[in-house]
Amino acid sequence: MSNFIGLLYNELLKMVRKRRILVILLILSILIPIFTYAQYRTVQTNIQNLGTSDWKTLVQQQIVDNQNRLSSSRIPEEWRELIKINIQQQQYYLDHDINPTSPGAPTFIRKFVEQAISLFMPLLIVVVAADIVSAEHTGGTIKLLLTRPIRRWKILLAKYLSLTLLVSFIVIATALLGYLFSGLVFGYSGWDMPVLTGFETQNDELITNGVHLVPQWKYILMSYGLAWFTCIAVATLSLMVSVLVRSTAASMGIMLAAIVAGNLLTQLSPTWTTIKYFVFTNLSLTNYLSGTPMMIEGMTLPFSLTVLTVWSLVSLFIAFAVFIRKDVLA
Amino acid sequence: MDTNSSHVLVVNGLTKRIGKREIVRDINFAVGQGEIYGFLGPNGAGKTTTIRMLVGLIRPTQGRIQIAGYDLSKQFLQAIRHVGCIVENPELYPYLTGRENLELFARMAEGITQQRITEVVQLVELEDRIDDRVRTYSLGMRQRLGIAQALLSRPQLLILDEPTNGLDPAGIREMRQFIYRLAREESISVFISSHILHEVQLLCDRVAIIHQGRVVKTGQVHQLLAGEPPVIWQLSPTEKAINLLKSLPDVTNVELLEDGQLRTHLPQNKIANVNHRLNQAGIQVTSIQQKKPTLEDIFLQMTEGGPLE
Repeated sequence: MSNFIGLLYNELLKMVRKRRILVILLILSILIPIFTYAQYRTVQTNIQNLGTSDWKTLVQQQIVDNQNRLSSSRIPEEWRELIKINIQQQQYYLDHDINPTSPGAPTFIRKFVEQAISLFMPLLIVVVAADIVSAEHTGGTIKLLLTRPIRRWKILLAKYLSLTLLVSFIVIATALLGYLFSGLVFGYSGWDMPVLTGFETQNDELITNGVHLVPQWKYILMSYGLAWFTCIAVATLSLMVSVLVRSTAASMGIMLAAIVAGNLLTQLSPTWTTIKYFVFTNLSLTNYLSGTPMMIEGMTLPFSLTVLTVWSLVSLFIAFAVFIRKDVLA
Repeated sequence: MDTNSSHVLVVNGLTKRIGKREIVRDINFAVGQGEIYGFLGPNGAGKTTTIRMLVGLIRPTQGRIQIAGYDLSKQFLQAIRHVGCIVENPELYPYLTGRENLELFARMAEGITQQRITEVVQLVELEDRIDDRVRTYSLGMRQRLGIAQALLSRPQLLILDEPTNGLDPAGIREMRQFIYRLAREESISVFISSHILHEVQLLCDRVAIIHQGRVVKTGQVHQLLAGEPPVIWQLSPTEKAINLLKSLPDVTNVELLEDGQLRTHLPQNKIANVNHRLNQAGIQVTSIQQKKPTLEDIFLQMTEGGPLE
């Protein structure tokens, strides 16, 4: 057991000293301020378009509009519920003096993860994960690693566990850095702001029956949890590719191509429903929270979670089976 | 083959096929305790494949490898525990310091103390640079760090693949002395592969010569080199000399070399006699050399002049 902790320590040491973590933090520290600025510009434009900086009158107007719609008899029952919730949310903005068009840092990180989960975060994960085994081949150190009195599966397990730790670190770092940087512009408050969730889709329709408000901190926890799950799945697949392909460049290329393909496919061909079984079309788990309709029919949160889990388990199995048996020829 | 317990490494019928190609075929040898065993052959003869099988990087198709009495495929952990190795270049983690590398490998074995790390660092004389990153090391220093790494767990068997590759002549001599000292003083068995034969000739007790995946000769170096060395003549006219030499009873194997010299086999005490006969026949002899055979000669004989590189 102490032996295994040593292995885990070795892997973490390599990650830290290879400066991969530093690179990730650097990427985040450069990109998040850019995203923050972009968001800031959007907010400014909104304010200009409205022609008034007095958002309170605007929200009040919206509440009145909604109440008028409620009193109309032609509105179907399930819409009424949604409108009531909307009014509740808008009332909260007024009561707590929150400008809904100018979000605080918590809103920023919530929106950020919704955008980042399908491409940006998986790419970061691939950068750290794709070379975890192949780099040992490229550097020739695999020959030293596998000639120790240690079973091969333990070595790979240590690598995988260290990778999951690193993935968790990246997800947390994304949230923290996002909060820190965007807070400078938007302010740090807004954790308790109510956010709509609970959407469901059935037969291509958005079912709003279960829609309710949750405090934003709870929503953020849920979406980063889902992002973590997505990232772990991406890391697991990267591990397999890294075992199968000896060159770091090749394994990184394969993973990047697959992720981008998954993103493109969902948008290009929403009618080709078979692609919903492809792992990289299922990365955007946060869409189920926010009620963004999925492009492909028949996709639900449990479905996507199952697809990700099955692909991960199969990749893990292949990775271990191959790593244990493979001849190290060159 | 003899599986005497004094043998640290015993290899029986080792074969590796990849697809239809037999890379290594039916290799047998045994390395005794404290022995330096040379494994010689041209590049591509199967040396590296064999060595990788010895350290468990490649699974043999057939055959058995026993290290310190343990079967490598069945009792991998017990067997590999007694092995220290450098396979090809000493590739360590360049972004770590020498000491961090050693500590990393120490964590992968049992019972290696900080004191042992200091010990091996002193042994390979790297004290001054051990806390620098390996990236900044010269090849010779990497080679020594590689050896330090291999010695960490006090192995009974040290397996070195082309350990002098890329070293300068001083480095090669230093390495040779170091290996010699390890075998003699610490009675570690050393299995060393090389395609530079004269280097091994000076170092090894026994050698196996491998060619096209098969061991073509094994034996003690001094036995392989024993026997009357050939005599090389430089003389003219050559034609006449050949005829005369062939007619003499003591001379055998008269052979015209590419540069016009003649190689013959004859007992040392008859050289003066033969020289006299040649002079009498009016043949002008300008030089007589008795050339000691080298492993290279034997090797070329065994492999029928196959290329060394």
